[in-house]
This record gives sequence, structure tokens and C-alpha cells, in this order.
Amino acid sequence: MTTDPEWVLSLENVSKNFGGVKALTDVSFRVKPGEVHCLAGENGCGKSTLIKIITGVYTPSPGAKLNILGKEIEHITPALAREMGISVIWQDLALFPHMSVAENISFDEVVGFWPKLVRTETFKPKVEAILKRLNVEMDLDEPIKDLPIAQRQIVAIARALMGNAKLIFMDEPTSSLTQSETNMLMRIVQKLSEDGVAVVFVSHRLAEVLAISSQVTVLRDGYLVGVFPTEGMTQTKLAELMTNLTLVNEVTATPDIDTESILEIENLSRENEFQNVSLNIKKGEIVGLTGLIGAGRTELAHALIGMTKPTSGTIKLGGKEVNFSSIRDAILEGIAYVSEDRLSLGLIQPQSIADNIVTTVLNRILTFMGFVSTKKKETMVNYWIKELAIRIGESSDAVSTLSGGNQQRVVLAKWLATEPQLMILDNPTVGVDVGARAGIFRIVKSLAEQGMGILLISDEVHEVHFNSDRVLVMTNGEINLEHNPLEHSVEQLESIVYA
Amino acid sequence: MRQIVQNISDQIGKETFALICFLAFLFLTFSSLTPRFLTAANLSSMAFQLPVLGILTLAMLAPILSGGLNLAIIFTANLSGLTLAWTLLQAGGPDAGIFAFVIGVAAALAVGAAAGLVMGLAVAYTGAHPILVSLAMMIFLRGLGEFLTRGGDISGFPEFVGTIGHGSLFLIPIPMIIFTLVALAWHIMLVSTKHGFSVYMIGSNLNASEYSGIPTKKTLTLIYTFSGVLCGIAGILMVSRFNSVRVGHGEALLLVTVLACFLGGIDPFGGFGKVMPVVIALIILQVLSSGLNLLGANQHLSTAVWGLFLILVMVIRHVVNQLRNYLARRE
Repeated sequence: MTTDPEWVLSLENVSKNFGGVKALTDVSFRVKPGEVHCLAGENGCGKSTLIKIITGVYTPSPGAKLNILGKEIEHITPALAREMGISVIWQDLALFPHMSVAENISFDEVVGFWPKLVRTETFKPKVEAILKRLNVEMDLDEPIKDLPIAQRQIVAIARALMGNAKLIFMDEPTSSLTQSETNMLMRIVQKLSEDGVAVVFVSHRLAEVLAISSQVTVLRDGYLVGVFPTEGMTQTKLAELMTNLTLVNEVTATPDIDTESILEIENLSRENEFQNVSLNIKKGEIVGLTGLIGAGRTELAHALIGMTKPTSGTIKLGGKEVNFSSIRDAILEGIAYVSEDRLSLGLIQPQSIADNIVTTVLNRILTFMGFVSTKKKETMVNYWIKELAIRIGESSDAVSTLSGGNQQRVVLAKWLATEPQLMILDNPTVGVDVGARAGIFRIVKSLAEQGMGILLISDEVHEVHFNSDRVLVMTNGEINLEHNPLEHSVEQLESIVYA
Repeated sequence: MRQIVQNISDQIGKETFALICFLAFLFLTFSSLTPRFLTAANLSSMAFQLPVLGILTLAMLAPILSGGLNLAIIFTANLSGLTLAWTLLQAGGPDAGIFAFVIGVAAALAVGAAAGLVMGLAVAYTGAHPILVSLAMMIFLRGLGEFLTRGGDISGFPEFVGTIGHGSLFLIPIPMIIFTLVALAWHIMLVSTKHGFSVYMIGSNLNASEYSGIPTKKTLTLIYTFSGVLCGIAGILMVSRFNSVRVGHGEALLLVTVLACFLGGIDPFGGFGKVMPVVIALIILQVLSSGLNLLGANQHLSTAVWGLFLILVMVIRHVVNQLRNYLARRE
């Protein structure tokens, strides 16, 4: 064993098959001590499988070489991986919500085969030392459930350090953080890196990958595409490496749309959610709405569709003032709402593709007797599957069996079936692969061209900049800026949103 | 031959097909063990016994499909029966006319519907768990019934009431005719009405259904109201079969209705299940109990066999699923 190994982790010739499916083929992956590395790729490219092999959850096919800190490992188990200093922080963090900060951080010290008496007090000095090393202050006795996500992540990191981690994997760590929280996380990662702890980010958020890491390993369909320095890499190029598609990131805005208004909101407010919001969407116009998480965007959408009641202000639809008491009213008046939470609000996951498509339009598939007509239902389902090119096996399959991109097309289908005049898209590409996103936006653009008004809400500044005719920025419940993609650059918009 | 079996199985669903096969197996076994099984007398006695349990099971079905449960079915039925009995007694007991009976039936159905409506409103608008709501309703109805009857039996009805419970039309027992009509109506409601569609969607995900514009509150209210109406029908049938009403009568059937639903392949978490397999499951339970009875087994033993049987079905389902997954993976 060498004293100062060149690699903290080195993998070669790793393959893994599940039944007949090749999850990984001949992949190698190396991380230097103290390096901040990114493992990037679309959903299903093999990122998770690779981590699970490194941490001993899966056994790779014969021929794989695994070397940790200069030591050849024949057979890795989860316990051995942890002992060798490899730690994974999964997206859900795997913390215990009702236990205190100190208990969570020292958790791995107290579990074992034999039961033993646990005195958290004895661990507190060590826990304090680790938090000090990270330059953070925290109340050790506070239960985890009372902490914001960003703080919980720090607890998870501290827990990994408690086990003397040399290499920490972080699975999509920033997906639920605001920019300032992300910045704090970055500072901590920087600190770890200076201490010689390597950090591997697993992410498909392109901007982030480029901002935080020095090297990026790209996987695609279980193959290694390559290892690239992030310097000089652009988002577009990285997306192309991940998808093998040539992506055109062009501003699609149409200048000077001069049609009648569909939606006019004036001074709309709802206590503690948003204040004095005024906005106007014309026929065929795509209006982007961005801002940090918690800025009040989804809350505004909920008030527009009648899920909540605004405290003051007016909503006019097609020139007529409306006052919805339920989402059904909104649907009847021609508003469609694509929720950001496709898993629990957008679709009824266990039910069939066909049933999901017709949930919004039951009245249109009845016979003259008032019964559901199987024939009308089938016609409608087939029409939308074809129209939106949804890739499915049978329309009777559960919608949960589809990929994120295809599920989102089913969501679009069920709303388009209502023939809306205004469509509200709330983070429409959450959990949708980069390659499939373009397809979704092509559909959205063509809907606008047919005269539909569209409110595109998104966290991703790039998404609204490239796909909207104009962009509104929301901060702390107020719309305070309008951005014109044709006149200003995406960087300008970024600096405004993240200011 | 294999193709034919495959076709039938595809047509009616694997689950139903398996249940029918098992039913046939039971028929063959019992008729070979005792010559009294396959007789007109036994078949007709089964057809008289099944409907009360059957209608109560259907009353349990829709709440379970919507992800809930209705624990108040038996006492709702009792109270409905009590309403009918009271009306008949007011109109002269054994001398009551057909008109009083019709009024009584309407009142009984209304009482059932009202009990269901209250539960439905509570479930829909307060978001309270259906188990708690229906449990509270069950205790209320039971207490109310026992208070009104002082725990005693009420009897003394006109003779024609008995014909509904014991008579036949074209050789088919009248209770069986009623059950068949109810089951058919239930099947149509679940499979081809907006309400039925909404029941399944709500059972899988209430919030997503609301976001899709399904009137979830109205649907939940209706589910329990309809369930109450079915309890009313069961209660009327019980009056005419036993010629008396006692609060608590049929209490043991409550859990059997749940059992029959799960045996018929209803997803305990809601969202999936059909009327047809549940009806077959009911027939299986009836055949088991009548067959064992003819073989001289104790009635309590046949209850035990029902329980064992359900455990067996769970194990078989698990094994079949494992096997199917294994085969799918090998492909």
C-alpha cells in the first residue's frame, strides 16, 4: 500500500447486467483526493448503478477492478465501503426526523450487532468538532424535522465525516435548495476539498455541474462517454454529450405579439403568498415566470385555477371577470394547470394511461344515456397518443410505467383534451430528461402558434429565457421585473434572479 | 384446448378465471363427497342464504374501492329493518296492508341513505378517516337501535312480507333475483358511469383526482350514501327472511363482507377491483359453508375454514405473483 495514493477511488472495466438489460458496460471512474468531481448523465444512464457498485450494494460482473486508496479490493460490501471512507448522501438524506442533530450525526457510531446503551452526551464533543471544521453552527439538540433542507444536508455531511469519509457522493444535492443555500453548500464542499476529502456530485442540472466541479464524468446508456475538465465546457455541449443529440438553444420568442388578451390579472394578492400581482397574457403568447423557490409562483397559479381564493384583486379571462370556487370552474372556463408535482398531483400513477387522459373530460365521452362510452373514450385516447407522439405499450398500462418525458406528454394530453384557452405549466420539465425536454417545448410552442395563451413557470432560468416571449421575475411574492429574451442575454436574467 | 382456455381467461380476467376454476373444483369435491350437495333443495337453500351477505358485501365494495371502509353496514341495515318494522307495526302489525309495506320500504331506504349521507359528508368535507367516521356511525346506530328496541326482538308482520324472503319467481328465489339485479346495477355503475370512474380514481389518489377536476367531495358523499341504500335493501331482506328484527342481528357478517371483497381481488388500498369476481367469491364462501354443513361439520368450524381459506388465497396470490415476476425476468 502506498502512503499517498494518486487516486482515492479507481474503478476499471465495470459492467453490470440486470437480466438481459445492460446497466453498465465497461465503465471506468477515477477520483483524486480532495477533488470535486461530477458524475453526470440522464435518468437511467447508470449513475445510481455505479454508486451502488462502489458502495457494495451491487456486485459487478467479473473482470471489474476496484481500488480504494491504493488498495485492491476483491469484494466490496456496504460495511467495508464505509470503513474505507466512502460515504453516500442520497437525495432523501436518510436522516431520522424525530432525532436530534447530535443523534443523527453520531448515528453510525451507536448502531451495531449487539444492543448497547446510548449516551448522546459522550458524542457531543466529537460532533461539535466536526461542525466547527465545517464552519457551521447548529443547535445539537434540535430535532431534524424542524430544520430546513439545507441544514439537514449539512447534518448528513457531518454524519459522513463522523465516519472519517475520504470520498462523499452526493445524489442531486441541490435539487431542493435556493441559490443562497446552494452557495453555502458550495462553500462547505470547498472546505472539504481543502481538507483532502473528495466530493462527487451526481446531478443532471447542467449549470450546477459546471459551476461546482473541476472534472465531469459523463455516462450515457451505461457507457462512459468520457471525463472532461469543466473549464471551457458549456451547458449546451454537456447536454449534447449526455444525450448524443444536437441541441439548439435558441431564443424562440416572437417579437411584438399583438392579439387580444386572454388573461388579465390586476393587483392580485393573497396574504403571505403574493402581493399586487398584475400580469397580462395575450392569445398565442408564452409568458415565462421565474424566481427562487418560495417566491410565490405556484401559489399564484393555485389562485388562478380556483384552488385558493385571492384576498384582493381581479382576474379577467377573455375580458370577463372570473371568480372560481373550484378547479372544475377553471377547467370549464378553459384553464389548464400542469402541476409541478407529476407524481402525486399531475397524474394518478397506478391507473392506466387511457383513464388518466380522460379524467378531465368525462363529460365529452358519454353516450346519450349518460354512460361512459368505451368507443368515444378509445377514440379520444388514441387521438392524443398519436397527436403528442406518446411512446407506450398499451393504453391500459399503468401510467407509472412510462418515462418522465412520456408521462409529461400524458399530462399535456389530458389537459389539451379540455381544449383550454390558457395553459399554466408549472415546472413542466421536472424529472424529464434533457433530450425529452426539447420535445415538450416544441409541443408548447405549437400550441401557442395555434392561439393558446401560456404561462410557463420554471426554476430554470434557461428554460424560461429560451422558450418564452417575455419573462417575468417574481421575488418575495411580487413581480418586479420584466425581461425580454430578444434584447437581453440569459446571463443578465440569471444575475437578476440570483441577486 | 389451451387456446380456448386462454381466450376465456383473457375475456374475463385471470383472477375471475381462477376463482371460477376453484368454484368448479369445490362443486365437484362436495358433490362427490355427499349426494345431498347437488340437489335442488340444497342449491335453492344456498340461493336463499347468499343474498343478504351478498348485498352487504356490495355495500362494502365501493367504500373500499375509494380507499375507505364502511364499518357501519350491519347496523345501518338493522336500523333500516327497524324502520320498516316500526311502520308495519304502526299500520296494524300482522294486519298491515301492502301500502304500509311500500311506505315502510321507502322509509327504510331513506334511513339507510341518511346514515350513509352523514358518513359521506363527514369523510368528504372533514377529511376524517373513513374507518373512524364509520366506526362512530356504527356505535351511534347500535346505541340508538338498542335504545329504541330495549335490546329485544320485534316481530309480528303481515304474511306477505315473508314471501319476499322465502318465495320464488319462476323457480328462482326472490332474494336471489333482488341480489342479481343489485349486483348488475352495481357493476354498471362502477364500470360505465362517471361516478364509478371517479370512485376508482379517488381510490388511487384523491389529490390528483381533485387536480384533474373530478368532483371528489360529491363522489365521496355519494359512495357512502349509495352504500347506505344497499344496507337498507339488505335490512329489508333480513326482515322478510327472519320475520323479526333485532339490533345486532348479522353482526358477524361485517368482517365476512371485507373478506369476500379481498377474496374477490379488491385492492385493500383502493383503486382496483370489480363486482364480478366478488360475486364469485361470495358463491365460493356459500358453497364452502353449505358443503361443510352437509358433511356434518359444525357451523363454527365452517367459519374457521373461511378464515383459513382466505389466508390460503393470500399465499397463493403471492406465490403466483412471484412466479410471474420470475418468468418475466427470465424472458
